[in-house]
Amino acid sequence: MSKYFKEAELLKRLAKNDKSAIETIYQDNYKLIQQLIINNNGSEDDARDIFQEALIVLYQNSKSEAFELNCQIRTYIYSVSRRLWLKRLQSNRRFETPVDNFEEIVPVEDDVEVHEKLDRQYGIMRSALGKIGEPCKSLLEAFYIHNKNMQEISSYFGYTNSDNAKNQKYKCLMRLKKLFFAQYKNGI
Amino acid sequence: MDQILLLDAAERYLRGEMNDQERANFEELRKSNPEVDQFVVEHHFFVEELSRYATVKRFKANLYDVHHTMKESGEISEYQPTEKGRIVQFWEKYRRTIAVAASIAGITALAISGLTLFFSPKAPIKDIEELRRKVNKLEVRTNSQDVQLNDVKKKIDPNASVTFGGTSFLVDPKGYLLTSAHVVANASQIFVQNSKGQDLRAKIIYTDSKRDLAILKIDDEDFHPLSSLPYGFRRTSSDLSEPVFTLGFPKDEIVYGEGYLSAKSGLMGDTMSSQITISANPGNSGGPVLNSNGEVIGILNARQTTAEGVVFAIKSRHILKTIEELKESDTSANIKVPSTSSIRGMERVQQVKKIEDCVFMVKVVL
Repeated sequence: MSKYFKEAELLKRLAKNDKSAIETIYQDNYKLIQQLIINNNGSEDDARDIFQEALIVLYQNSKSEAFELNCQIRTYIYSVSRRLWLKRLQSNRRFETPVDNFEEIVPVEDDVEVHEKLDRQYGIMRSALGKIGEPCKSLLEAFYIHNKNMQEISSYFGYTNSDNAKNQKYKCLMRLKKLFFAQYKNGI
Repeated sequence: MDQILLLDAAERYLRGEMNDQERANFEELRKSNPEVDQFVVEHHFFVEELSRYATVKRFKANLYDVHHTMKESGEISEYQPTEKGRIVQFWEKYRRTIAVAASIAGITALAISGLTLFFSPKAPIKDIEELRRKVNKLEVRTNSQDVQLNDVKKKIDPNASVTFGGTSFLVDPKGYLLTSAHVVANASQIFVQNSKGQDLRAKIIYTDSKRDLAILKIDDEDFHPLSSLPYGFRRTSSDLSEPVFTLGFPKDEIVYGEGYLSAKSGLMGDTMSSQITISANPGNSGGPVLNSNGEVIGILNARQTTAEGVVFAIKSRHILKTIEELKESDTSANIKVPSTSSIRGMERVQQVKKIEDCVFMVKVVL
């Protein structure tokens, strides 16, 4: 199999959140990013954060139909990591010299920008879910994330009938939406 | 009630569970009623957002797992900065000088430590008990039940039993915790539990065994850094009879205790700690001691076994010194210790409510 097909196959597995795909990508690329970050004023933890963030960018992209990778995975991850790290250095005002380059890079500014927006939304959702408390959190997760139906939910959470459960779910959802949109609209 | 029906309809519509007749009717309604349309659009966006959150969260968990296992198996390791060649050359050249310098340093260090040992007050070990807590099997079991009930992901390997526990508290909102060194001694894994009962991974970044202090860093993606800490650290010494309070984990739940500063020095005139009269039990080690202004004046570390209610706390001045030492040895540790307390003048109940979130139970797996 040519390298191109191997990588395409790897991306497909990544899109399915396949652990062995993550492992392969880790093995092939982690050292490179580690070197990049640590040689440019970063710590061991920074290297991990940036690498994982770059993988999330790749993962989100690999799930979308429209995405087409025109370079090697390695080049892409390197470019995204480099961009993310530059941004972080700038925001921390530690930025003095341009980040050293020892790999080819491709333009990824747009992808990083999209990622930052999504990451912000992720953070808002996480904090909103953290604030609504139990049993709301579990109830909403059961319905919207684990796709359980109302009968299953009412028996699991001990509601006498599914109307009661629906009522409760509605209240919880409204609270979550309120929390989410309050912050979401604030940011725009 | 109408809203619930609308939500129900919108959900069935978006999930494609409507039959053709219903679908046509609903689409008609969307066209004629802009509010309904707006609701459907918003709901669609929100549900997508929620499911994206869930997938990314699962992906992150996998990332974390992979990183952890690869680190453990040694497939990824700490990066060694380049230019080894130069160091080797240096070594070749100055080997003999270094050997002489090292032996002089060694002899001096031995002499000094011998002298210190000779002159320092000898603490009668049996008189004093360090307050770390042995966790028995029963407590572990109730704990794991709690975790299941709250549907919180349990991170502690069920086969590894938690053997010791103590208390720790934040010195920096980014997740730097302070505890007693004896609480985390010989630990292979450390977890801290927040006030919501959630277990978080933590690692030791600095141990100062002469002051019996250790600094941990929470290393877990579920940890949300706080924006600021409610309490400050007192830089000057405290006064006799000053009322103090503490929070700690002598059991699986946070416990409040009240007392007063009874002496400015610790056991046998030890000036590093102060003596406090308060009720403390195994598990209280590492807990903050605060005065009524909400300033940390020390950290609990031991009690005298031969007397009732006599507890010792390392003074805040020494906590600050340890943190300074850490900063010198590791420049990446960016710890900013707050000096002013934002809970000054509040009722005690309110103060405790604010502080509670910054105090963590330490679980040590040997």
